[in-house]
Amino acid sequence: MSETHAHSAAFVRTEILPPAAPPPGQTGVLRWIRENLFSSIPNALLTLLALYFVYTILAAILPWTLNGIWDAGSLSECRAIRDERGLTSAACWAVINERWLQMLFGFYPIDAPLMARLFYADELAAAGGMDAVFGPGSNATDRIEFVAAMRADLGNTLVFFFGYWRPLAALALLVVAVAPVLYSSLPRSLLLFSLVYPFIAVFLLWGGSIWGPISVALGLALSLYVLKIVGARFGGLFGGLAMIVTLLCVFLNPLAPLGISGLFPLLPHVSGLLGSILPIGLPAITSDDFGGFMLAIIIGTSGIVLSLPLGIVLALGRQSSMPLIKWVCVTFIEVIRGVPLIVWLFTASLLLNYFLPPGTNFDLLLRVIIMVTLFASAYLAEVVRGGLAALPKGQYEAADSLGLDYWKSMRLIVLPQALKISIPGIVNTFIGLFKDTTLVVFIGLRDPLGLTNAIRATGEWNGIYWELYIFVALLFFTFCFFMSRYSMYLERKLATDRR
Amino acid sequence: MADMTAPPRESFRLSQLLYDARYRSLTIQVVAAILIMLLLVELVDNTVTNLAALGKDIRFGFLWSTAGYDINQQLIPFSSQDTHARAALVGILNTLLVAVLGCILATVIGVLAGVLRLSKNWLVARIMTVYVEAMRNTPLLIWIYIVFAVMTEATPLPREFREGGSSSMIFWDSVAITNRGVYIPAPVWGAGSGIVVAVFLLSIAAIFVLRRYARKRQEQTGQQLPVFWMSLGLFFLPALLAFYVMGRPVTLDYPALGGFNFEGGIQVRNSFIALWLALSLYTSAFIAEIVRSGILAVSKGQTEAAFALGIQPNRTMQLIILPQALRVIIPPLISQYLNLTKNSSLAIAVGYMDVRSTLGGITINQTGRELEGMLLLGLFYLITSLVISSLMNVYNSSVKLKER
Repeated sequence: MSETHAHSAAFVRTEILPPAAPPPGQTGVLRWIRENLFSSIPNALLTLLALYFVYTILAAILPWTLNGIWDAGSLSECRAIRDERGLTSAACWAVINERWLQMLFGFYPIDAPLMARLFYADELAAAGGMDAVFGPGSNATDRIEFVAAMRADLGNTLVFFFGYWRPLAALALLVVAVAPVLYSSLPRSLLLFSLVYPFIAVFLLWGGSIWGPISVALGLALSLYVLKIVGARFGGLFGGLAMIVTLLCVFLNPLAPLGISGLFPLLPHVSGLLGSILPIGLPAITSDDFGGFMLAIIIGTSGIVLSLPLGIVLALGRQSSMPLIKWVCVTFIEVIRGVPLIVWLFTASLLLNYFLPPGTNFDLLLRVIIMVTLFASAYLAEVVRGGLAALPKGQYEAADSLGLDYWKSMRLIVLPQALKISIPGIVNTFIGLFKDTTLVVFIGLRDPLGLTNAIRATGEWNGIYWELYIFVALLFFTFCFFMSRYSMYLERKLATDRR
Repeated sequence: MADMTAPPRESFRLSQLLYDARYRSLTIQVVAAILIMLLLVELVDNTVTNLAALGKDIRFGFLWSTAGYDINQQLIPFSSQDTHARAALVGILNTLLVAVLGCILATVIGVLAGVLRLSKNWLVARIMTVYVEAMRNTPLLIWIYIVFAVMTEATPLPREFREGGSSSMIFWDSVAITNRGVYIPAPVWGAGSGIVVAVFLLSIAAIFVLRRYARKRQEQTGQQLPVFWMSLGLFFLPALLAFYVMGRPVTLDYPALGGFNFEGGIQVRNSFIALWLALSLYTSAFIAEIVRSGILAVSKGQTEAAFALGIQPNRTMQLIILPQALRVIIPPLISQYLNLTKNSSLAIAVGYMDVRSTLGGITINQTGRELEGMLLLGLFYLITSLVISSLMNVYNSSVKLKER
């Protein structure tokens, strides 16, 4: 039939027509709008409501932000400029313009001698050289005046790059040190630098003799070496004990209970000796001068780096079959998690000296870092425990059936998978830790939020709120947002089970 | 056959303590126990020595001496002549108040934001994403400061409410938002108001009984009662009836301008509102993510299966999706409630007098009893946390999947 039909028909198409374009309203922007914004009447109403909401917010914020005044010396000047321009509302960004260095670095001293050498060499030579201004015989008032004049003269950007080169170098090297950990495509040998980095950072930030950090590093290396040598000959347990003894001898005084002091710890002797042979160092800066966003980064990174291993150990301890170990870990985790960080910080600042040997008095910043680390590690332990529990039992059994011992099976089979599962939780804990560094303001450290109060306390900027808060919020948002995006990237990269 | 019995028992050798997995754990635990004991002894010894050097001892007697300071928000009567213990109790109640109200508001906003983030409406979903990311990635402390600044800087002075002033009260002249706090009407309990409250409580109990009865009836006969409408009726009608029968015993005391400030009504302090709103907004972003992931965790096949059975969309949500999503949602929700409770200690930022600021602040400063004060404070938070988590775990185990 069909053949006859083909012959009898007047015309039969032999080629296929190209597909016709969809009717207008079914393509492009119009269709997207219809599907995503106006698919039904309630949906359309919701869209209108949302549009109105967005409009209200933007109408309130945008003119204020964009009309902002960047160049003024005080809030009253800002207001004068605003009235002059005939605006009703304008942000006074001038406060950020003037104080951003303080918000970033607190009262960390600038490297004034370096800047003077770089930018005022001729004037200094004419005035009788560096010693006239910075030498031991120089007048303190003259010196402060000179530095203030230099700061005002050079402007914030130059001061940022040259005056604060130490924290900046520490931050730049931090990026280099963290990169091979974050991105596995970089050469593995860079990891060696990551190991060395903490000592470099301490030296750059706190200054002092270079031999302090070096001898600490040597002491740690020595302990690890002892662990390796003794462990290979007499087994892991003896290796561990020998390492503990070495650590005690280097960093503490094991003879203290007997009342003997002077010989141990070895560390001060070694660094003192090296320092007397070859005195190299930077001007020392105490922790009291640290502040601003730099403080948040220091506490945050050290907390993150130190709490991860501790958290993993606690999680393993909590899963342990040994009742005593398990009980200790559970108690530690629950007690730490049950009490707010701010209470722990107060404990650190009020009570920690009670628990330490009489006469010990160490840095508040160090105490805070220790507390924050302990706090974060308890949270991390719970996250990692979730990962350990989520791993199918077969994985544990497979590791056992291969004849691996506990540490090997954990290191090679269990932990890589468990950590992979718990990445989102781990990163969330880190973000929380980083945000919580703002709480140190309550024990007297100058974090960015504390500095906003300090800035407001000055006569020029009394009464300014939003601009400072927005600046601090943006600083934190940038860092935390980067961390959360990185965790998503990591999850995608490690999703080996989905092909 | 005698040869096939168990091999002769090895006698115990000392080296087994190290190399035999059966005994090694014992060795490790003994070593660990000794180390922990040493550490504890060292800590206690140091503490005792240090305290003795300072001429202090550990005593809790300070709790019963006169506090001598005022607390600006009191849920129970308190004067500066009362004891430190009562001051601590006032602080505890303030902490619990902001925690409970915060949990409620955070859940409401969080569920709303979580559901809206899954909305098919692109714009709404994006707005909620921005909200969640902004809240989650900035410190809570900033939000507390910002809300506090809004409450104190951007709200009108009480004198703006005068005739010809630029502000007016909202909700039919019953609520005034000023820079000194929010003034709301206070209920006045007249004679016979006890009966109205009793009737209201009874009707709430009746709602629970009704729901049980309705479920039983449906299981036995298959017939459904209009439970929702009946509950709604029970909730309002008896109490309203009692209210009018008793001659309207409960009246409201409206705040009114007098002198330089508002008088009458209840003054809700800005510090409380700032803390409450900031805690709720911040936590709600986390709850939104939990709700979203909980709903996404229910496989789409469940919805399709329900639709294939002809179940209506809202019944599907109620009977199929929500019960399954709740299992995923509840455990992290518990920890968010815990976080909120603990974060309420940030009250220090706005001067809200919670337990940290009474017991852990002024009391410690006045008596110099840091160790005892911090210990009690820590114990309070620890017990609160453990109670919340155990209560919620009971609830969690009632909704979780019953496996074989």
